[in-house]
Amino acid sequence: MVKKSRVVDWEFNPFDLLSDEILFDILDYLDHNPFDKKSFSLVCKDFYRVESRHRRVLKPLRSELLIRAIDRYPSVERLDLSSCPRITDDSLAAISNAYKFCLRSIDLSRSRFFSNAGVSNVVVNCKFLVEIDLSNATELTDSGAVAISKASNLEKLWLARCKLITDIGIARIGIGCRKLKLINLTWCLGVGDLGVDFVAVKCKEIRSFDLSYTTITNKCLPSILNLQYLEELTLVGCLGIGDEGLATLEKGRTSLKTLNLTNCDNVTLWGLPYLTSRVTCLSHLNLTNGSVVTEAIANSLQNLPKLQSIKLDGCHVTCSGLEAIGNRCILLRELSLSKCSGVTDEGLSFLVKKQKELRKLDITCCRKITQISVDNVTKSCTSLTSLKMESCYLISKEAFTLIGERCHHLEEIDLTDTEVDDAGLMSISRCKKLSSLRLGICYNLTDNSLIQVGKICRELVELDLYRSMGITDLSIAAIASGCPRLEMITLAYCKDITDTSLVSLSKCSRLSVVEIRGCSSISSAGISTIALGCKQLTVLDVKKCHNVDDAGLLPLTNFSRSLRQINLSYCSITDVGLLALANIACLQSMTVLHLKGLSADGLVAALLACSGLRKVKLHASFKSLFPQPFLEHMESRGCLFQWRDKPVQDGVDPWVWRHTARMNANIMYLLDEV
Amino acid sequence: MANPTWRLGQNSDVDIELWLLEMDFNALERELKMDFKVKLYSESWNDSSLGNDKSKSSMTNICSQKPQLKWDDSSSPDCDMRIDSPFPKFNEQSESLSPRSYIHDNQIKIQDQIASQARGMLFDVAKHKDWDPQSMLSNLSFLEQKIHQLKDLVSFIVDQGSLVAGQQDELVAQQQQLVSADLTSIIVQLISTAGSLLPFVKSPLPTPSPLSGQLGGTSSVGRSPNVGMSKASLDNNDGSKGLCNSDQNKHMIDCVSDHNCTGKTNHSHSMSSFDDHESKDEDDVGEGDHLPPGSYEVLQLEKEEILAPHTHFCLICGKGFKRDANLRMHMRGHGDEYKTPAALAKPNKDSSSEHMLMKRYSCPFVGCKRNKEHKKFQPLKTILCVKNHYKRTHCDKSYTCSRCHSKKFSVIADLKTHEKHCGRDKWLCSCGTTFSRKDKLFGHVALFQGHSPALPFDETKGTAVSAGGETAETSNRIGSTELNVGSNSSEGNNIQNVVDVKGGADDPACYFSPLNLDTCNFGGFHEFPRPPFDIPEGSLSFFLSGSCDYNQNNGSAPSSDAFS
Repeated sequence: MVKKSRVVDWEFNPFDLLSDEILFDILDYLDHNPFDKKSFSLVCKDFYRVESRHRRVLKPLRSELLIRAIDRYPSVERLDLSSCPRITDDSLAAISNAYKFCLRSIDLSRSRFFSNAGVSNVVVNCKFLVEIDLSNATELTDSGAVAISKASNLEKLWLARCKLITDIGIARIGIGCRKLKLINLTWCLGVGDLGVDFVAVKCKEIRSFDLSYTTITNKCLPSILNLQYLEELTLVGCLGIGDEGLATLEKGRTSLKTLNLTNCDNVTLWGLPYLTSRVTCLSHLNLTNGSVVTEAIANSLQNLPKLQSIKLDGCHVTCSGLEAIGNRCILLRELSLSKCSGVTDEGLSFLVKKQKELRKLDITCCRKITQISVDNVTKSCTSLTSLKMESCYLISKEAFTLIGERCHHLEEIDLTDTEVDDAGLMSISRCKKLSSLRLGICYNLTDNSLIQVGKICRELVELDLYRSMGITDLSIAAIASGCPRLEMITLAYCKDITDTSLVSLSKCSRLSVVEIRGCSSISSAGISTIALGCKQLTVLDVKKCHNVDDAGLLPLTNFSRSLRQINLSYCSITDVGLLALANIACLQSMTVLHLKGLSADGLVAALLACSGLRKVKLHASFKSLFPQPFLEHMESRGCLFQWRDKPVQDGVDPWVWRHTARMNANIMYLLDEV
Repeated sequence: MANPTWRLGQNSDVDIELWLLEMDFNALERELKMDFKVKLYSESWNDSSLGNDKSKSSMTNICSQKPQLKWDDSSSPDCDMRIDSPFPKFNEQSESLSPRSYIHDNQIKIQDQIASQARGMLFDVAKHKDWDPQSMLSNLSFLEQKIHQLKDLVSFIVDQGSLVAGQQDELVAQQQQLVSADLTSIIVQLISTAGSLLPFVKSPLPTPSPLSGQLGGTSSVGRSPNVGMSKASLDNNDGSKGLCNSDQNKHMIDCVSDHNCTGKTNHSHSMSSFDDHESKDEDDVGEGDHLPPGSYEVLQLEKEEILAPHTHFCLICGKGFKRDANLRMHMRGHGDEYKTPAALAKPNKDSSSEHMLMKRYSCPFVGCKRNKEHKKFQPLKTILCVKNHYKRTHCDKSYTCSRCHSKKFSVIADLKTHEKHCGRDKWLCSCGTTFSRKDKLFGHVALFQGHSPALPFDETKGTAVSAGGETAETSNRIGSTELNVGSNSSEGNNIQNVVDVKGGADDPACYFSPLNLDTCNFGGFHEFPRPPFDIPEGSLSFFLSGSCDYNQNNGSAPSSDAFS
């Protein structure tokens, strides 16, 4: 390579006519596909140099290549290390040394093995650091927080699950980083009211504050709500926040727009009206798994004239509550009632008649809903873009035709586990903008309607046909030829699918997620065509494809260079195939359960060879077979083992399966009601 | 001390002298009025003259009106005009605050007090006629200035009040307080000026009057318009050794002749308090639990009684108890008659207690402020207070804290309270202040710019590098002059660094032991043959060791490659 380029140097190089600025402009347009830039840099030395200087975002896939990558790219502003499980203090020192003046953002959320010292190095040297993500740094202590506090320009800070940081550390950060705009303290169990209160007092610029699963109580609410620019407040699972505190909140200015009170069990219908009267600018309210939504609560929503989106997932919503929401909210665009018990045709129909501007409606698992609601929803909310109605199996087949007839703007529809039939789907296929179509467990569907979808819905990106038994290769061929943008397809347990489908799918070059679980007709030949055609494949699930063997894996190792995740359980893979997978540099997650041809030694060799691995699911029986030093070594590389001890599962009759699944869901539902 | 004989003997003389003083005061007053032309001043007189009018009506049958009438004649035209003067609002509102308005309200009560003061003055006038006009003049001109200032303020308030119709209560109250405070100071000044003329403070006071003490705070200022009343009150006091507490002054006449004097117990006390009432009248107002002297009974326990472990003793067997409830429980064993509900009930909660005098206690230690002989005597509320007070102030501190071995206590409860918190001053601020409570630390840090909560000692010790950075920074902040300190701290940290390096065994690739450093490739840093830990130069050593760290890391790159 080096020799070649030397030879070229002496000859005339037409690319020399292009100035760096022009090359930069060209590179600006090459953002979509990471391979494009790679090809660009391989054109000539000059291009290589320009590309190195142009790159602002670096996401190394392997820790051990980090040092070299740093040498190559001198002006990286954003360093995403989320694919590097092992980042030591040495690596951080090298980073901080190389990017003293340009680094703006660093993501260490998935990395381990660095200490307070490393963080201190980065923060002290990279003076212009604006964002730092230290989530999951469970060993980071207050001294680490003190180190962070030296970054006076810091604007965004993620400290999720930094459980050792206490009020003292947070207070230091509050004193040091006055410009903070975003702070995430999810699961910071060491942080209490005092620290949060202090940060809220000191960092006046905060826009976004995430305090999920912390031990804070009502005491720090006033100072948080007094933050002048606060727009987003997330309080998921804050059990210390209760009604008494909300009741004593004083009215004042607050610019809060998004409030998430998911799983705040102590905020009930008594406290909520106080809150809504306090945060009047609110546009997005999330009350998932909250209290009973009664008329009183819904009435209190009239204090929020700007409310656009409300999520009541898992709440018990009364009929009068729904009616009050319909009456009191002015411009509701998004409503989520997923898993809400108490949602009836009467309430929902009243609501949608009042809220005609609704764009997104989620009625997943509202099992009392029938065609009456669908009729009213489609009649009133004609501009719906998203409709999720999974498991609404009381809706009759005829109702689905109404959706297609009336809602032409649909982009996303979830019909999983409903009674939708060909006529219904044909009607829905009129929505030309449809990008996400979920048709899992729709036993009434056949090829006819899906061929229609393939003809019309050219924007389709996501298609889920999980256990839709009526589907054959014909449908997939139509989809593959009609939907070039397809990125994700699930054909799990579609028994009639064969290699032919994969051959047709290999034309979809953007395909990245392929799930063909339990399609027993699929063989290695199909897998190799996918590997050849879909270069961007990142997730492949071939569980229970018994005919897939080593021959199918070999093309994968050669062509699917961006494969991250693979599930090979129950396949006919041996040590050889597994070892070949080591060739895929960025493979991170591997599930290998119940592989008959696998030996412990072969597995050890394969795991050692796959150096980028972060998560491996294995049968528990291997645990005793592996030598302890090997396990330790893997752990030190940042690889986690998940041991499973499930017995071998055989296929079940789909009707029986669906029946049991629904029965189980109903039991859960009834338990919830009680 | 006071000598009633004097009063009795020189009654007529006193009358005359009083009259003289009144004339003097009136003259001075008019002079002031004319000279300063202060509305407010006359305004404030207004009140008193109003009060005077009322008191006059109530007193017509008591004493001769001549002097008073004369005084009224001299000043009342002025006063009457000003009753409707542009400050009616101020007048009403200031009632509760200004001492003079108090007079207005409770004029009758005050008369006695004023009378006694006037008497005092009179007495002194009679004795010390020599005074310094020069200092008097300067005092008066000072007063003039002050009154001018006050006048400006009040006129400003008036303007404001006319502009803004609905003034906020807070503001009004503040202004009132301001004005009344100024007024009070002026009055005090005036009195002290008069005092230089009549230095009665030093002289013994003529009449022991419990009420004078009671009203000391409010009526410290002897109002010359009221001096006319002094005759009446003098007459009143004649023959009585002290006024009855329960008695109201409006029935003064009744009091004069047939007085059941309950004041015997308070006698000495009220005398002593009267002694210094002139000086302490200002600061006494507003002190907590300030019972007027005389409204309670003063008891004094002996030292032995106070220090006795038991205060309640069984009359039958002699066993002692700390609490009377325990005694009552014990008494049950002596017979059935002690088991009745009446015998077991708490004894001192009977209905007649309302009529009984409240009990207050005096400390037996002479010279103590809590001793009744002290001129600023402050009584103790309960026996327990006496015990604690006596042990804390006048006994040896025999209980030593078992944790810090330095704090000593004489009350065991204090020791226990201390031991709860001793050694827990774990919350440390960067300024060096320690706190026993985290919220106090946070309050402190929030209050002061530049302060920050410091990490607990053990943690800073554990994580060396960042701690080193911190001390280096602080030494930088301290400045280059204190290089010694800096080098010490950084050296200490470097030592910790070494310790930490050895301690980091679970991740060998993270750190390199000093041994490795020697063998490792240092790149361009060969000019530093020593390991970085030995560099002694102050805060610089931090940066040097930091930069060596990088090279050390660069050098480690191949080995980490080999590892993974």
